[in-house]
Amino acid sequence: MALLEVRELSVRFGGVVALDRVSFDVDAGQVVALIGPNGAGKTTLFNVITRVYRPSGGTVLVSGRSVQTIRSHHVIRHGLARTFQNVALFRSMTVLDNVLVGDHTQTRSGWLQASVPLPGAVAAESASRKRALEMIDFVGLGAHAERPVATLPFGFQKRVELARALVSKPRLLLLDEPAGGISHEEVDAMARLLRRVHTDLDVTMLLVEHHMAFVMGICDRVVVLDFGKKIAEGSPAEVQRNPAVIEAYLGAA
Amino acid sequence: MNRIRTAPPRYWLVALTLVFFLGFPTVISSFLASEWTQALILAIAIMGLNILVGYSGQLSLGHGAFMALGAYVSAILAHRYKMDYLVTVPIAAVFTGGVGFLFGIPALRLSPLYLALATFALAVVTPSLIKRPAGLTGGVQGILVLQPDPPDFAREAFAFVTGTAMTSDQWIYYITLLLAVVLFWLAWNLVRHRPGRAMRAIRDGEVAAAASGVNVAGYKTLAFGISAFYGGTAGSLFALSTGFISPDTFPVSLSIQLLVGAVVGGLASIPGPLLGAIFAFFLPIGSNQWVPSQTWLPDQITSTVKNAGPAVSYGVVLILIMMFAPNGIVGLLRSGYVILNRRLRGASDPKTGQMPPDPQTV
Ligand SMILES: Nc1ncnc2c1ncn2[C@@H]1O[C@H](COP(=O)(O)OP(=O)(O)O)[C@@H](O)[C@H]1O
Ligand SMILES: [Mg+2]
Repeated sequence: MALLEVRELSVRFGGVVALDRVSFDVDAGQVVALIGPNGAGKTTLFNVITRVYRPSGGTVLVSGRSVQTIRSHHVIRHGLARTFQNVALFRSMTVLDNVLVGDHTQTRSGWLQASVPLPGAVAAESASRKRALEMIDFVGLGAHAERPVATLPFGFQKRVELARALVSKPRLLLLDEPAGGISHEEVDAMARLLRRVHTDLDVTMLLVEHHMAFVMGICDRVVVLDFGKKIAEGSPAEVQRNPAVIEAYLGAA
Repeated sequence: MNRIRTAPPRYWLVALTLVFFLGFPTVISSFLASEWTQALILAIAIMGLNILVGYSGQLSLGHGAFMALGAYVSAILAHRYKMDYLVTVPIAAVFTGGVGFLFGIPALRLSPLYLALATFALAVVTPSLIKRPAGLTGGVQGILVLQPDPPDFAREAFAFVTGTAMTSDQWIYYITLLLAVVLFWLAWNLVRHRPGRAMRAIRDGEVAAAASGVNVAGYKTLAFGISAFYGGTAGSLFALSTGFISPDTFPVSLSIQLLVGAVVGGLASIPGPLLGAIFAFFLPIGSNQWVPSQTWLPDQITSTVKNAGPAVSYGVVLILIMMFAPNGIVGLLRSGYVILNRRLRGASDPKTGQMPPDPQTV
């Protein structure tokens, strides 16, 4: 059984067909890229997987269980964490606090324990802090833990988001354009960082990316969407040779 | 010793504030003490509103209604069922908190604008809602609340310090102060731990908060409940300190006063509600005395202030705050402190810190 199974998935917004009977699998241990021109439906697919949108047809299975039966804030408890295309950080908070929110599901202390605060809550808080700081170090922002995220450059914000997702110890990480909008050097650094996420932290990844070099460098398999339809799937080299893919990209350009 | 010297400035400020509020009634009149009691009560209510608006990002224009509920629960229990008033305070707080929690459930379905309208409507109908069950609430006649005499230990301690007998007003001041300190401490713990972070996350972005595992609906209703708990406590103490409540004790302007205090003090901060409450309580009193005595002001302004009461001064101050200090008094003080600190110690600007190393090299 694959970690993620997308089955005949369709999403319509009024007249717009954002996804049209898309099917593919992500096996545990893989790094899969989801590519396609703007408006192909990649972000929509992520939003269905994480229960932001409801599909018009088809299903998504996580370890064999339909995500439709999982409440949106429980998705992460099933091992699915994500980042957002345009970075959705908690803008009034520091780097550390953002990552601590990512750690929310790793502790249980509720409002009563926290208010008093009971010893259990205090211990949970310091364990939480330790995990968050480790993850902030991992993405290379150790010196910036106390800075408000809004004061960081965009490239750093993307790493904060990555740390926030990783601290929940996901099995599957969904990355929406991790290299979008950042400089050349930062793109290379991000690729190296993601490779370490895969090897050191053992996280399976499904990532949306336009950057072909980036995709070729870190992915085992590529799924190509165009106008909501899957038009190709295969190894990076196969996909690059595929006439339909070349057509879609040239047509869009 | 070294620990004391290196304690963060906020611990010093907390200690100083505590000493001030503990000692203040020993040097002011009993009447002034009861005014400060009301400022502290306002601070409790504003802290509740701050948790709702400042931390969880839900606007309420009707928080006076929760104060009214707490006040009437206490007053009815004490008056009709002859309960000890101090016992009724936690009952009123928990009851109001429960009602606030229930109110928070339909509130989830409202957009921010409609939530503002719904809570405002609540504030508007509160006085007439109170009048209806006249048998229970005393209708327009209101309810008298007996003010307790200070117990012996308090009387003796006060006499030892000041040489004068402690009045009921002074005793109620100390009860209020104790509850305010406890409630501020609880709020401080709440907001800097997991639940408070979850609320701020929701305020900053619900989709990302849910993706991080935060139960958005749960924390939003929780914020309503906690907020109403604070409001109920404040209302209960308010009835005690004024000795009398009636429907007119809880007009719409009370809810506005709470919101002004929350914004002026500084949302999403712990000292903010205290500063905001002192401000929101004394500004209308002060401006009503000061403005008419200023002969250089045009008659129109003087008479407007006299007729419209606090509304005018609130309006003026709100506009000034929004223009010059969007983070309220606390924000102003904080940036002042940062600038001062940098001047004095040459401390580094957090905005120009070192760039992070390449992740590969870490
Ligand atoms: N919330 C929405 N409401 C209406 N249309 C939407 C919404 N989200 C996405 N779409 C539409 O769905 C299509 C796919 O969008 P998206 O998934 O963002 O594409 P991609 O991420 O591949 O660039 C686009 O035509 C877009 O306009
Ligand atoms: Mg997209």
